Amino acid sequence: MDDLIADFLTETHEGLAALDSALLRLEKSPNDQPTLSEIFRAVHTIKGTCGFLGLSRLERVAHSAENVLGRYRDGVLAVTPAGITLVLSALDRIKMIVVGIEASGGQEPAGDDAALIAQLDAMAEGEAMPPAAPLAAAPLADAPMAVAPLVAAHPAEPDAEILPAETGRAVAQSIRVSVDVLEDLMTLVSELVLTRNQLLQLSRARSDGAYTVPLQRLSHITSDLQDGVMKTRMQPIGNAWNKLPRLVRDLAGELGKKIELDMRGAETELDRQVLELIKDPLTHMVRNSADHGLESTEERRRAGKPDTGRVMLNAYHEGGHILIEIADDGKGLNTARIREKVVAQGLASETEIAGMTEAEIHRFIFRAGFSTAAAVTAVSGRGVGMDVVKTNVERIGGTIDVASQAGRGTRFTIKIPLTLAIVSALIVEVAGERFAVPQIGVLELVRVGGGSDAKVEVIKNAPVLRLRDRLLPLVSLGRVLGLAEEQDAAQHIEQRFIVVTQVGASVFGIIVDRLFDTEEIVVKPVPPILRHIGMFSGNTILGDGSVIMILDPNGIARATGVAAEGHSTRADDGAQAAQRSSERTALLLFRAADATPKAVPLGLIARLDDIPLADVESTGGQPVVQYRGQLMPLVSMSGEPPADRDGRGRQTVLVFSERGQSMGLMVDAILDVVEERLDVKAGHGRPGYLGSAVVAGKVTDVIDTAWWLRQVGADWFGTESGADRKRRLLVVEDSSFFRQLVVPVLSAAGFEVMAVASPAEALKLREQGVLFEAIVSDIEMPGMDGLAFARAVRAEGPWRELPMVALTGRVEPAAIARGREAGFTDYVAKYDRDALLGSLTECLATALAA
Amino acid sequence: MRIQSKDSAVADTALVLTLKVAGQVCGVPVLSVRDVLGSQTITRIPLAPPEVAGGLNLRGRIVTAVDLRRRLGLPDRDPAAQPMSIVVEVDNELYSMLADSVGDVVPLAAEDAVPNPPTLDPLWRDVSRGVHRLDGQLLIVLDVDRVLAIGGGR
Repeated sequence: MDDLIADFLTETHEGLAALDSALLRLEKSPNDQPTLSEIFRAVHTIKGTCGFLGLSRLERVAHSAENVLGRYRDGVLAVTPAGITLVLSALDRIKMIVVGIEASGGQEPAGDDAALIAQLDAMAEGEAMPPAAPLAAAPLADAPMAVAPLVAAHPAEPDAEILPAETGRAVAQSIRVSVDVLEDLMTLVSELVLTRNQLLQLSRARSDGAYTVPLQRLSHITSDLQDGVMKTRMQPIGNAWNKLPRLVRDLAGELGKKIELDMRGAETELDRQVLELIKDPLTHMVRNSADHGLESTEERRRAGKPDTGRVMLNAYHEGGHILIEIADDGKGLNTARIREKVVAQGLASETEIAGMTEAEIHRFIFRAGFSTAAAVTAVSGRGVGMDVVKTNVERIGGTIDVASQAGRGTRFTIKIPLTLAIVSALIVEVAGERFAVPQIGVLELVRVGGGSDAKVEVIKNAPVLRLRDRLLPLVSLGRVLGLAEEQDAAQHIEQRFIVVTQVGASVFGIIVDRLFDTEEIVVKPVPPILRHIGMFSGNTILGDGSVIMILDPNGIARATGVAAEGHSTRADDGAQAAQRSSERTALLLFRAADATPKAVPLGLIARLDDIPLADVESTGGQPVVQYRGQLMPLVSMSGEPPADRDGRGRQTVLVFSERGQSMGLMVDAILDVVEERLDVKAGHGRPGYLGSAVVAGKVTDVIDTAWWLRQVGADWFGTESGADRKRRLLVVEDSSFFRQLVVPVLSAAGFEVMAVASPAEALKLREQGVLFEAIVSDIEMPGMDGLAFARAVRAEGPWRELPMVALTGRVEPAAIARGREAGFTDYVAKYDRDALLGSLTECLATALAA
Repeated sequence: MRIQSKDSAVADTALVLTLKVAGQVCGVPVLSVRDVLGSQTITRIPLAPPEVAGGLNLRGRIVTAVDLRRRLGLPDRDPAAQPMSIVVEVDNELYSMLADSVGDVVPLAAEDAVPNPPTLDPLWRDVSRGVHRLDGQLLIVLDVDRVLAIGGGR
């Protein structure tokens, strides 16, 4: 059967069922205008569709019925039971024909409706009902009647006996169910899931074999039921989009732009509840894209783009989430304007914003009251925009981010959970209390202390975690919730767990005491008297029957400021911020050899570790330890052998790694990690020390790591074998501290290094005809900076072709692009020793090959 | 106030459930009581107002427990003591009021009612709907809505 006809049949069946009861209602209260209009509309729809589908017999009957109803509606004709009866019989006829169509697969059954039509027409003309009408079985009365058992009263039609025995397929395929019923079902299933979890927990504790199998079965059935009911709530996201084409078309007219709306993945399904909540934000964002994102036709022409601007909507599944992208090919976000606005509104200071990446600046558009639209248009730009969108998205546990490229367009990405009703959550414990963390935000779990490699460090009382070269800000859950003591300093954290969480584009760690397993939980709203707390997104009942609060990572981020918009503490950015101002350096303070605190830049250390003394062995008088499958020599700063200083039976070491080899520098104690302006006073010739500096108010020795590295034996780090001639490097760096750091590192790696303090000095060397194989240069230098220096090198002379590596704190795309433009071969972050060595090796290899 | 109808009921004779909080006899209109439970496992809720003792599970529904001792500014009960939960429903939310013990349901005659003495602690005046004489003792009829009006949300 034709799909169109099948749809029509399903609809008509529904319409007819509704019509029956509506007509009966009408009979009871003949002047009920809404009911009359409803009936008229329904019949009219049937008639219209029949005409369209070429079902002429049906159309004629419906048409005549509609005439009568039209008269009722207009008040020309009084509603009488006889009239209703007649209309009902017309409906019966329609039903029969419909059933016939179903049976025949699309063909109208033959039959004569002339008599019925004549009666209907006569009724419409206001003529009295012929008393002999075979249809009027109900007692006739002129006045509208209160009660008439009409359904039972009208007899079967003699002239259209084509009833097939079974009802059609079209009916069985879909039914409409009230949303309330589905909601109730969902609630019941949620409760069932909870009860199932409870039972499972009980059976696990009791190990009573008899229940195991039926319980398993119950568990499976419950899961299937949950899936099934969940499916009934699923709707294609296209339902939230269907108004958008019209909206965009209207907008295009209003704004005088040509806009094409491209919608992809409209069939992607998500929970009805989520769909409802996401509808308005989506509409708003599409408006925004059309209004602010796309340029006027003229501007587009000038920019060499096609006249028609595109707004793209794309939805797809990823994991248990739905990703929705709203992109345009317009002008992109105006970074300069946002920056101005941010400063003008006092959201960030000039200095702060100078240190931000473009992406960070763009995220300011999610701040409340922020709108850069120069003119407030009717469409948008009233400053109630993206912040509301963000709030709405976050309310349903989602995240939103923006990526924009000047002149190329803007892309918003919304990530939302599939459903809100049942979520998977990680159960954590802090200070003896359990909490649930929704899995959606959890990136990974890290164990710290207790023999694990990960270690919590402290920068100015703020705990951080160095995780794969990224610096994660940490939040102590106990402290945030007021459960842990204030003096619970992070360095005392032993044997804790860190839940690495993402909120928007910010990543941070939540410190907890213990982790349990994950559990499917049913989110229940927080009672009103607790809603002001903001840390909880709901509460739930666990399998063991206990009540547990569900943490809201967004709330935690807000409360602690770890993820304030525009101050993204995304680890690498944070690290950059620390190093960019080259005056401030993260230093590890420790005690060794004597009472004077020692300092070493944190970036040079691979790891901190505690080694059991029992594991320390000796080879040729050199203490070594088996470490990660290798032999690691241990160097003592005092020259004394490893000793049990604090009765723990362990030795603390700073591990330096190079080319797969490690060396452990034995220290007495780790004191702190501080970020300080480092001003090293020239060394007093003591081997192993660069000099001293005032750190944290105390005179501190800054150690020369390169010297200590050499103490493990000249060839431990596999210095390039003698056969290889040493490669000559030029290092241009204004800070003497960095020169002192970089030169030994490079020397240790087998380069012959010459270091100068300014580009001017370097260029002097060029004039003198000194040859090098590569140049490493700082970018920010007084006078001529690194970029100008690179341009000067590239401009002329014997150094033109040399690989140049920029050494800087600013490793962001824009800065890298500028650097490359100026002539740098590669860009490396200061302190990233491995990257520097890797980059040099690569540059030299390419240079040789060329 | 929402429970106007019950107000008038109290004016004639009203049934109240009596309960004791630190020796003080209080009453709660029996019509507003949904359940009375013995000692329950209560989950502490961090950052909640001090009056909120935590959440408990009543047959699959989460009930927020409010400690009447704290709410009425009385000293905390002995940690070993097992408080009783009087569960009430307000705006479709279940709350439990923790009392030291629960007594009988008694009818209160309107003529025994005494208005709140002006010297009554403002905290108590806020939650009291009147004072009754009962067997030589004074009984304070608690206004459930007022008792639960804590925190920022209500």
